[in-house]
Amino acid sequence: MSRIAKRFAQLKADRRAGLVTYITAGDPDTDIGYQILKGLPGAGADLIELGMPFTDPMADGPSIQLAGQRALKAGISIDKTFDMVRRFRKETGDNDTPILLMGYYNLVYQRGADKFCKDAAAAGIDGFILVDLPPEEADELKPFAVANGLDTVLLTAPTTDDKRLPAVLKYSSGFVYFVSVLGITGTSSATEEAVRTHVERIKRHTQLPVGVGFGIRTPDQAAAVARHADAAVVGSAIVERVKAGLDDNGKPKPDLVPGVFAYIRALADGVRGVRKG
Amino acid sequence: MATSLNSFRTGPDERGHFGIFGGRYVAETLMPLILELEAAYNTAKADPAFQDELDYLLEHYAGRPSPLYFAKRLTEKLGGAKIYLKRDELNHTGSHKINNVLGQVLMAKRMGKTRVIAETGAGQHGVATATACALFDIPCVVFMGSVDVERQSPNVFRMKMLGAEVRPVTAGSSTLKDAMNEALRDWVATCENTFYCIGTVAGPHPYPAMVRDFQCVIGNETREQMIKAEGRLPDTLVACIGGGSNAMGLFHPFLDDPGVRIVGVEAAGHGIESGEHAASLTGGRPGVLHGNRTYLLQDKEGQITEAHSISAGLDYPGIGPEHSWLKENGRVEYVSATDDEALEAFQLLCKLEGIIPALESSHALAHVMRLAPTLPKDNLLVMNLSGRGDKDVPQVAARMGMKIES
Ligand SMILES: Cc1ncc(COP(=O)(O)O)c(C=O)c1O
Repeated sequence: MSRIAKRFAQLKADRRAGLVTYITAGDPDTDIGYQILKGLPGAGADLIELGMPFTDPMADGPSIQLAGQRALKAGISIDKTFDMVRRFRKETGDNDTPILLMGYYNLVYQRGADKFCKDAAAAGIDGFILVDLPPEEADELKPFAVANGLDTVLLTAPTTDDKRLPAVLKYSSGFVYFVSVLGITGTSSATEEAVRTHVERIKRHTQLPVGVGFGIRTPDQAAAVARHADAAVVGSAIVERVKAGLDDNGKPKPDLVPGVFAYIRALADGVRGVRKG
Repeated sequence: MATSLNSFRTGPDERGHFGIFGGRYVAETLMPLILELEAAYNTAKADPAFQDELDYLLEHYAGRPSPLYFAKRLTEKLGGAKIYLKRDELNHTGSHKINNVLGQVLMAKRMGKTRVIAETGAGQHGVATATACALFDIPCVVFMGSVDVERQSPNVFRMKMLGAEVRPVTAGSSTLKDAMNEALRDWVATCENTFYCIGTVAGPHPYPAMVRDFQCVIGNETREQMIKAEGRLPDTLVACIGGGSNAMGLFHPFLDDPGVRIVGVEAAGHGIESGEHAASLTGGRPGVLHGNRTYLLQDKEGQITEAHSISAGLDYPGIGPEHSWLKENGRVEYVSATDDEALEAFQLLCKLEGIIPALESSHALAHVMRLAPTLPKDNLLVMNLSGRGDKDVPQVAARMGMKIES
């Protein structure tokens, strides 16, 4: 069983949904980025998505675009991202919290899908969410992911109808990610009713846990998603807390890291307040 | 797919691949829409009524066929190949872009879409899209890098006059690639009612093939016109390459004529060795961006690097996937021309032929200036004059240290 599968099994046993937190690797710099990563489980994150900054993040809104630019400017690289995860596993001794890489396929492709998967697995990474690798192209990565014990979490969208869902699910493992709104990250939010309807629809096709993201900003919204899905994913709103912790010159203020954790704690309280089945 | 290479004209395969290039690397939200477009396009292609309507517009609205003009003075000056100019700059709106846009806007109509978006670099595709949208009464939003808004200001005014909304994009390098990112971001949120009218032979399948098909009118006409003028096929074809649509339109109908030498000209900016250029085939390597795998300018890890060209329409770090495939199988030669060479060519054509070429097309001409003198006098060379240079006048004047009095 993968770390991701184990974590969802545990959540189920605890009769609650999970909180998936997205941060951009190396934002605002490698050092503080690592401090944030290290403290995420303690602040209430059940799974971690680590964004790989890309110069052309076509599916991301301004918040995550800017976070990527901050991180690239501060010198983040794939090697440093792997190092960060290796260090996390070693220093915290946390061998249970799944860490997924999120981003765009070109960075994987340039390293070579085979080598990327090997290096990622060796660093302690558990899987991928690649925004621009739909089922039509997923064959390029899937065999190497499987060979290295990595999960591939594919995205489904409101436009993914019942006819198409099986194709997405065929390549998904660990969980399946429902993008709850039409649009880029960090813009609008779905209604609870829409989330419920779509999650029920997806669950008719699969036993995989369903994580729901895009547009979740408040503990109440996180709780609303937790009532219907197996996990709530929060990204832009967290990354905005990182930005809020920077002064006018882009230098981190002392309350940056505590500010991020306080926010995540509030989200976690929202999610954990919902008792499931 | 022509793996045996009996033909270079059968791609892409059913998954949108030209060899390893092309494909559909897009967000899941867009995937169903792209499949819908593919199906709708396949139906339209087989529908004579669609082709009739497009042909009618191309003839009576855009002014096709464009002349194949024997450039006598240019030929004499260069002293080699017999040079013909395919005058696509005479099309309505001033470039080849209208050929593709009329096709796509008819597709938008067919599919019941009520809004059209487009990205633009030089503004020619934006102007063409704004024009077709005015004609068909469809709201139009054009994304344009803020650097390009500045350097192609005449076209920004044209788009606005035509009723389009121009959204300047300040992310990244603020040029064509960023305009395309922003258009894709808009489309993810609006795909249910919006048609994305891509301006070149790039993007996810079926765009590279669809845009190519719409642009092939250039090469098909050239073939007929040359046979009429000279009784045979041309020997040499030359076209500039941004994303590669005017080049593909000229080249594709000749790919299976082995006697025709085909040359694409990328923008070398300050020179390939300077690192500041837009020549993805010459200076890049395969990668994945904007929905397809193709040659890209990028660093070691795969971060996209900024392109540089005096010409906004060529200032793009990628290229259409079919060109990448034609490079690797060797059917087409790809070379480059610098900013300075293009500027020199720009002025030469003004003085010798009384034609102000677009800076994009001037890159093709810069290579013709190098190539033609090395060829025999009976070598029939066709250069695609993809656009007119009115839009570039303020920029060229500034480069030449002249001031335009208002
Ligand atoms: C006149 C002209 N030629 C060429 C291009 C480059 O595009 P493509 O390579 O798709 O023909 C442009 C793009 O803006 C253009 O305006």
